[in-house]
Formats: sequence, C-alpha cells, structure tokens
Amino acid sequence: MIQVRNVSKRYGRHQALDDISFEVKKGDILGFLGPNGAGKSTTMNIITGYISCDSGEVLIDGKNILEDPKAAKSRMGYLPEIPPLYNDMTVEKYLEFMFRLKRIRLPMEEHISKILDDLNLSDVSERIIGHLSKGYRQRVGLAQALLGDPPVLILDEPSVGLDPAQIIEMRNLIRKLGENHTVILSSHVLTEIQAVCDKIVMINNGKIAANGKIDLLMGTGKGTKIIRLVAEGREQGILSALKSIDGIIKITSLGESERGCYEFRIESRKDIRRAISRAFSRTDIAIMLMQPAGHSLEDIYLELISGKQG
Amino acid sequence: MYAIFRRELASYFTSPVGYVVAAAFMVFNGIFLYVNCLFAGTSNMSTVFQSMFFIILFIIPLITMRLFAEDRHNKTDQALLTSPVNVGSIVCAKFFSALLLFAVCLTAFVIDGIILAFVGSPDWGVIIGNILAMALMGSSFIAIGIFISSLTESVIIAAVVSFAVNMVISMVDSIASTIPWDSLKSLVASLSFQSRYANFSLGIVSFSDVVFFLSVTVLFLFLTDRIVDRRRWA
Repeated sequence: MIQVRNVSKRYGRHQALDDISFEVKKGDILGFLGPNGAGKSTTMNIITGYISCDSGEVLIDGKNILEDPKAAKSRMGYLPEIPPLYNDMTVEKYLEFMFRLKRIRLPMEEHISKILDDLNLSDVSERIIGHLSKGYRQRVGLAQALLGDPPVLILDEPSVGLDPAQIIEMRNLIRKLGENHTVILSSHVLTEIQAVCDKIVMINNGKIAANGKIDLLMGTGKGTKIIRLVAEGREQGILSALKSIDGIIKITSLGESERGCYEFRIESRKDIRRAISRAFSRTDIAIMLMQPAGHSLEDIYLELISGKQG
Repeated sequence: MYAIFRRELASYFTSPVGYVVAAAFMVFNGIFLYVNCLFAGTSNMSTVFQSMFFIILFIIPLITMRLFAEDRHNKTDQALLTSPVNVGSIVCAKFFSALLLFAVCLTAFVIDGIILAFVGSPDWGVIIGNILAMALMGSSFIAIGIFISSLTESVIIAAVVSFAVNMVISMVDSIASTIPWDSLKSLVASLSFQSRYANFSLGIVSFSDVVFFLSVTVLFLFLTDRIVDRRRWA
C-alpha cells in the first residue's frame, strides 16, 4: 500500500535521509521509531508530499507522490507533528473547510458529525480552535486526517500532549482504525508502539536501523540473553561467584532488594542459568529468584541506537 | 480553490484585519472627499483619487501580509500542500480573497459619488474609470505583497518589506528623473505605477497601461507559485 524506495534527502550539508526503503502492506499498522532528529518527520513529510526527496520514490497505492500527486494525496490522511489548525476557526467550520479542500464526495454534514462523535469532539464543535486545550487540538488534527475515510493514515506523534486517559483512548482508536486502514504511526513512546503496531521501522541518523515484526525483533536482539537474579548472601561473595562463570558479558548490581538479598541484571552470550546454580551450590549463596528478562523494545532500541552511532 | 478563497475571506472578518483595513480606507477617503471636494466646492474627484494612491501603499501590505507567512508560521501550509490541490490554485485563491477585500474598500468611491450627486454633478465616467484603475493597480500591489509574504515566516516582516517595496515603487518617477542616460531613464520611468495611474485618474484609459498592471499581477503570482513549490525541493 505504501512503498518507500531508496529515498534520500539532504539539507545543505546534513544528510537527513540516506537511502531509506521500506514497505507497508494493506491493513498493517507500522510503528516508526527513532530518536529526535533521526528523520522521522522528514520521512513522513516526504511520504505525504509536503516536501520532495532528492532521489528515490514514494508510491501510495501504486500512485507516485511526485508524478501523480493529486491521486496519491487523495488516498492519504496526514496528522503532522504540529496539527495544521486554523486558530481563528471553529472546529466545525475548520473541518468543513478541510472537507472541501480535499474535494471529498460524501454527504458533508453527516460525515463530519460522525467523525466528531467518534473522536468525542461533538461538545466542542462550536468552539474556536485557538481556545482549545492541547488534547482537543490533537484530536481535531486527527479528525482532519480522517476526513474522507482515506485508506492510508500517516500519524506523526499522535499522542503528544494527551493525558493518560486520552492516550489509552487514542491507542484504542488507532487500533480500531488499523482494522480497515493502513497506518504509519511515529512515536518515541515505545510502549505505545508495542501496544498498537504489528511491525516497526526504526530509523537512526537518517538510516534504517531495524525493520520487521516486533515479536521477531524482540526475540533476537543481537543474540544476548538477560537474566534477573536475586540471591541471598554477601554482595561481594555473589559477585565473585558470578564472575567465575563463562559467557557473561555484563553484570549490573541493582542493590539490596530484601534483607540480605541482592539483585543483579546479567547479560550473557548463552543460557547460563544452570551454570549459576552450579556455581552457587559450591558456596552458601541461595538463589531467591532467577528470571529470564527477555528483551524489551527499550533494550533493542537502545542497543540499535547506541550501536549505530559514532 | 474555492474552499481556500472562502476561508481566507472569512478570516479577514473573523479577525480585526478586514474591519481595520476597510475602516482606515474609508476614513481617509472621507477626509479627502471633504477637503478636496466638499470644502473646496468642486465635484471633480480626481484629487481624491490621487491622494488615495498613497493610502493604498499602506493598506495593501496589511491585506497581504499574512496570506502565506501565517500559514507557514502556524504550519497550516502542511494541510494545504498535502491536500489534492495544486500550488497555483492555492496562490490564486489567496489572491482573489485579498482582491475582493480591496474591492469592498473601493465601494467607498461609489458612496462619494452619491454624496457629491446631492450637491453637484460628479462625472461618473471619471469615477468608474478610477475605480477600475485602482482595482488594476491594487491587484498588482496585492500580487507583489503575496509574493513577499511567501518569502518569510513572519507576518511583521512581510508587512514591513511590502510597505518598503511599495514606497520604492511610488518613488520610481523621482528616481528616473535623476538618471542621466536617456534609455535607462525611460526604461525606469516605464515601470512607474504612479504615472500610469495618473493617466487613468485623468480619464485616459490606455491599453498598454491595462496590460502593464495585468502583467505585473500575473508575473508576481507566478513567482509566488514558484517560491512555494520550490521550497518543497530545497
């Protein structure tokens, strides 16, 4: 549905995007991750045709955004990082304006009032946008993107400025939209991506750092294993027992967790649980808890970002 | 295109801008009408029109300053440029909304004529000719103002620069008179808005003057289109 092929973009000397390619299939919700300044918004601006790319191409439902912009743009709803709102208009008048601007051929009043209902905006439809709080403004921005029920939705940080209840609401809404739309969702809130998206593309320094299904990425994470360990004994004694074990990359001491017990986070190349219990059996250290922690999206994120920098 | 035209026009009147511009235009118009016609005891409005030339230099930057600069400042240009509308129709829609507001201001001259009709016999040919001339010249100034607005993100800078450019345009005649080379002098003088406008206000409608103002308008609207489109490639 969305194909990004070898897209590069340069701002003066700064290479903002360097040969980016990825694809979003119909009905997928793609999470678009990366640190601030990595090129997330630039990529989204290129996909939506707001700015051009120096090389490469973007196809929306087979339509090239630069060669056939009207067809491509009419298939997309875009919520930019800063919602494009006219502060001097009421919510309803603004949506009517955007409806006409997008040349949508649906019964206007019915369509707008349905979107207002879906996003719980009906109460503020007569209010001036400039007077609304950030949460409402964000939702009006989303309402604008949903006009005309476009098959593709591009949402740049949709939950910024929302309170926790609204964030959950927004998440459920996006998940619901994902049932019959193709969605690209950018965020640096990893839990949000994890909760909503099927696939992720991670971008760093203008390059793609990871691309694939979330489950797969979480399982691999460069092959290291992580164990959370709580043991009873002297901290130094536990550490020296652990150090005798082969294959450990890093031990992080997390301090005393209960009386006389210390917690550690251990990264290793292979499964060392058996080796740990054997090493402890030679001493009087007792294992109180040993748990494979697995990789959270945070771990993968930090690993990829730090690994690819410098 | 019609959607943008409607929005821009409505926005002049949901903010004070439209009212302030129209009120300022009409206040000055009233003063000149009183001083030059009613007080002087003549129904010849030519001097009123000549005086209003300078008011237009101030008024038009106020009409055009926000047209593109504000969209860029508030990021609403993202909504416009990611919609299935081409840049040319965005530029035209904004131009016509400004032109219509200006045309509303020009109706003041019709009221002047009606007032003069009570006390004398105004020359309606001159009045209508002048209104057309003002509309033509105004559209050139509006196109220049829109172009300048598209170059900046700041509404204030757009207004100040447009005003400065308009001042330079109004001084073209004096600049031309200081040039010693005849060919350059006549070239610069031919760019004068004021002398062409003066022809109209005397009741002389020349084809070349009409073409001049229309060309300036089209040229600057085209340049605006290029600037807005070009920025996407920068």
